[in-house]
Amino acid sequence: MKEDIYKAIVISPRDNVATAINDIKAGENILVKAIEKSYSIIVKQNISFGHKFAIKKINEGEKVIKYGEAIGIATSDIEIGEHVHIHNIVSLRI
Amino acid sequence: MAFRGYVRPDGSIGVRNYLLIIPTVVCANKIAVEISKKFPKAAVIPHQHGCAQLKPDLDQTERVLYNFGKNGNVGSVLVVGLGCESISSDKIIDEISLTGKPVDAVMIQEEGGTTKAVEKGVVKAGKLYGEIKEFRRESIDLDKLIVGVECGASDTTSGLAANPAVGRVMDKVIEEDGSVIFGETTELIGAEHILARRAVDAKVAEDIVNIIYSLENKIKETGFDVRGSNPTPGNIRAGISTIEEKSLGAVLKAGNSQINGVLKYGERISSKGLFFMDTPGQDIESITGFIAGGAQVIVFTTGLGTPVGSPITPVIKVTGNHRTFKKMMKDIDIDVSQILLGEETIEEAGEKIFKFLLKVLSGRETCSEKLGHHEFAINRIGMTL
Repeated sequence: MKEDIYKAIVISPRDNVATAINDIKAGENILVKAIEKSYSIIVKQNISFGHKFAIKKINEGEKVIKYGEAIGIATSDIEIGEHVHIHNIVSLRI
Repeated sequence: MAFRGYVRPDGSIGVRNYLLIIPTVVCANKIAVEISKKFPKAAVIPHQHGCAQLKPDLDQTERVLYNFGKNGNVGSVLVVGLGCESISSDKIIDEISLTGKPVDAVMIQEEGGTTKAVEKGVVKAGKLYGEIKEFRRESIDLDKLIVGVECGASDTTSGLAANPAVGRVMDKVIEEDGSVIFGETTELIGAEHILARRAVDAKVAEDIVNIIYSLENKIKETGFDVRGSNPTPGNIRAGISTIEEKSLGAVLKAGNSQINGVLKYGERISSKGLFFMDTPGQDIESITGFIAGGAQVIVFTTGLGTPVGSPITPVIKVTGNHRTFKKMMKDIDIDVSQILLGEETIEEAGEKIFKFLLKVLSGRETCSEKLGHHEFAINRIGMTL
């Protein structure tokens, strides 16, 4: 039913980030659509449409996983609900 | 699964039926264009090359020109040459003639300049047009179809909606024994290990990885930071953080099929299935390469919106960004943003695109065709001398 409004989606069961499909305000408790389930998360910062936030704790040096594959390495510890972008993730390629 | 298309003398198929006018060299452009104006159903491919090029680069330009003539969407061909150019008009004519389709040529220096060459060209084109204007569409299966798949002006919706949906369509084409060409080597840096895993054998896996690494090294040699320039500022604003994220999102549009081989830029496909062609990220050069490879239709995902088309092929535009669709409705054929709202699954969106694809194959015009977009650009691999 349409009353469930997803504000973020997770693409693969292995992912540790979700991608916002709507602008989300810091502190909002939002519904995340994952594979065959959905769940709630409180987002810690403003997340714009298309941007990512952590759905699991990611430690500095750990791989950030989206589409089931590594998209980069965390450059600092990242808590659940935190924005994940160029300030805390770097490419694996040198 | 069938559509209605044209069957050519060599058994290849087309979804359009063009008289194609090919200038061999930039000097012949104006004459070629003037001839084409007399025939509303003619396509013409003016370009900036054809002479003063080093051999491998010249060979590539030549290959694209005659392979455009060989494309199943072309019924007959008029070659317009100057007479002294490096590109061989004879080679172009001979190659295209192998398909059995009618080919003729007019040489500007031989005829005596612009006006006379246009006059002679119009007479010859008239005959060539006469040869194809009675052709009618017949029922054809998808096994002779070759689809080129491209993404341009991407944003995060590309990787979340448009590319996965288009990937389903490509899987379906392959299931029906058709073929698909994808490329944009620059956009695959960071995803080469995933592509290698899907290669039919170790040789193809090695070829894929070598093509991608080779490009990355060439870029590094210029002192350019690949990582620093890709994703672009626009991509970053839109939420794409790393080149891997961008490439993984891009690769989805090719679907999940096994990769049967790699192709040089503009090289014609010679067997079936999913193929990786070494094309640049620049959209027009890339789709020009696919069409030279034999693609009779292009499926093109775009997040931010781009109007481009091509002279002899329909280009189907798909977006996952509803704002873009509303703003550029006349340029974009299909909106799959419903995936992001949870109103449509990726499979359903794929079905929607596939149904539209069949209509386009049978003659329905895409937005880019209605608007008269005929972008054409040949990738260069050498300097102009």
